[in-house]
Amino acid sequence: MTDLPASSAGSATGVSEPATRATEKPMRERLVRLADHFKREWQIYVMLAPMIIWFLLFLYKPMYGLQIAFKDYSIFRGIVESPWVGWEHFETLFNNSQFLRAVKNTVIISALSLIFGFPVPIFLALMFNEILHALYRRTCQTIVYLPHFISTVIIAGIVITAFSPSAGIVNTIIGWLGIEPVYFLTKPEWFRPIFIGSGIWQEAGFSSIIFLAAIAGVNPSLYESAVVDGASRWQMMWKITIPSIMPTIIIMLIIRIGNLMEVGFELIILLYQPATYQTADVINTFIYRQGLQSGQYDLAAAAGLFNAVVAFVLVMTANSISKRVSRTSLW
Amino acid sequence: MQNMNLYSRGDRLFVRVNMVLIGLFTLSTLYPFIYIAAVSFSSGFAARAGRVVLSPVDVTLAAYGRVLSEPQFWNSYGNTFIYTVGGTITSLIIIIPGAYALSRPQLLGRRFWNLMVAFTMWFHAGMIPFWLNIRDLGLLDSYFGIIIAFACNAFNIILLRNFFESIPSSFEEAARMDGANEFQVLWKVFVPLSKPAIATITLFCVVSRWNGFFWAMVLLTDEGKIPLQVYLRQTIATLSDDEEFSSTLIDAPYSVETVTAAIIVCSIIPVLCFYPFAQKYFNKGILLGGVKE
Repeated sequence: MTDLPASSAGSATGVSEPATRATEKPMRERLVRLADHFKREWQIYVMLAPMIIWFLLFLYKPMYGLQIAFKDYSIFRGIVESPWVGWEHFETLFNNSQFLRAVKNTVIISALSLIFGFPVPIFLALMFNEILHALYRRTCQTIVYLPHFISTVIIAGIVITAFSPSAGIVNTIIGWLGIEPVYFLTKPEWFRPIFIGSGIWQEAGFSSIIFLAAIAGVNPSLYESAVVDGASRWQMMWKITIPSIMPTIIIMLIIRIGNLMEVGFELIILLYQPATYQTADVINTFIYRQGLQSGQYDLAAAAGLFNAVVAFVLVMTANSISKRVSRTSLW
Repeated sequence: MQNMNLYSRGDRLFVRVNMVLIGLFTLSTLYPFIYIAAVSFSSGFAARAGRVVLSPVDVTLAAYGRVLSEPQFWNSYGNTFIYTVGGTITSLIIIIPGAYALSRPQLLGRRFWNLMVAFTMWFHAGMIPFWLNIRDLGLLDSYFGIIIAFACNAFNIILLRNFFESIPSSFEEAARMDGANEFQVLWKVFVPLSKPAIATITLFCVVSRWNGFFWAMVLLTDEGKIPLQVYLRQTIATLSDDEEFSSTLIDAPYSVETVTAAIIVCSIIPVLCFYPFAQKYFNKGILLGGVKE
């Protein structure tokens, strides 16, 4: 892989030479080779440098700044000079009913999105696969992929307009049924259905791509022999397609569970209001309000650290499980 | 699948039911767009009374007139272009050589550098330390700050690195014989061969830049620098928070709803223009990145 020799191999054979010489010579040799390597290959390091500097400056430096989660942060003293307070902020958080509510809401909203949102792209992919009319299929795919490319603000704008009490289409329609208008976005019980529903509307189509790709990879001879045996399309879907894409389904499910702490908080910030905090406020929106709006940087950073650590453990667990699953079930 | 014959009546029924269900799902995806477009062309009075369902009522361009005569709209539109073009170019300038370096076998500490990039996908410091860092770097309220602070992400780098690694070394040998250096090999051999992967990450960059709002909202307080999405959010905030403001407009030919809808339409149009070109690539791109870390 590299041009550098394993330098320790040579010195091990040396018979009781003076200690200084034994280490000195390979050291110098190694340095010479290193210098040689850089002289020859400096260009790839020049290419690498901007990216590494960027990562250090914008992603790793904030990790160093995370220490304020354990400090009484003062803007005037700065991150390093502020005094340590240990676990105080975490104790405050776990005695704070708003934070506990945010943790609960994060888990509930994630779980509900998973339960209601996860199966939809699978159904869509299976159904797209059964459509034989190429133009119809392509047109429908083009349309259902589109919302993925629309910004969160526009999604929020559409939701707010559509659910508005006087002007919105939703109230117009329930008005036809003789139901009084409801101001949906101020009702805590309506927040989660609206949030999860708009998530499905935006992402289900695009997420079906990965399952369609899995279906495209199924060995066609399986279908051919099933046709010979007189299987119906319905039977082929259940007996061939679904079992064949099961590994993909399981891996995607594990990845989703690993991302449990990731709730689309940008949409929540745009849709929630104090009246719906009780069902809508998640960890990231809590951090946003406490930190960026109220200036309690240390407390909010502690909440962020808690979130990041839990997310890290979940993602790592999910990764290792999915690796094991893909090894056993694919091969 | 096209050449598969439909033998039984059951099969034909199954396929038809499928077509209908997919059609319904597609229509329900499409409907909100149609509704918003209809609202944007309706009179403010009709929109406020909830009379718009499928097509515009009392057709008027008043909302567009209001939106397009607003200097702040054009200003934020221009800013979005600056952030999208500047940000995407910056990303490519950093990511392409960086991913190439990571794919080279002779790179010392290659595992370490790769891990350093990948680790950021699993752990991040979070909103507050990131914001404090941007502030300490003096990048609040600056065009350059928005452009540089979101230039890289691990997923795009890994996607491109994997693609570079999949290119057989025989392709570069001829160039090496001619004495090409690393920059020339990257530019003349790898970049032309990696068009699908580069197109994919370009697409990801453009879309996330065009749509990005949260950090623009948090990092920019100067009204003159905000992008379209933040401007749109401000308009929507007036709609949802300020009931009195909306009712004072009862006689105007436009209402907050129609104005919001008109801004939404104006902001979607470039996405719709870009979309057909993008579509060619994203199927491929998703698969390139795939489930691979």
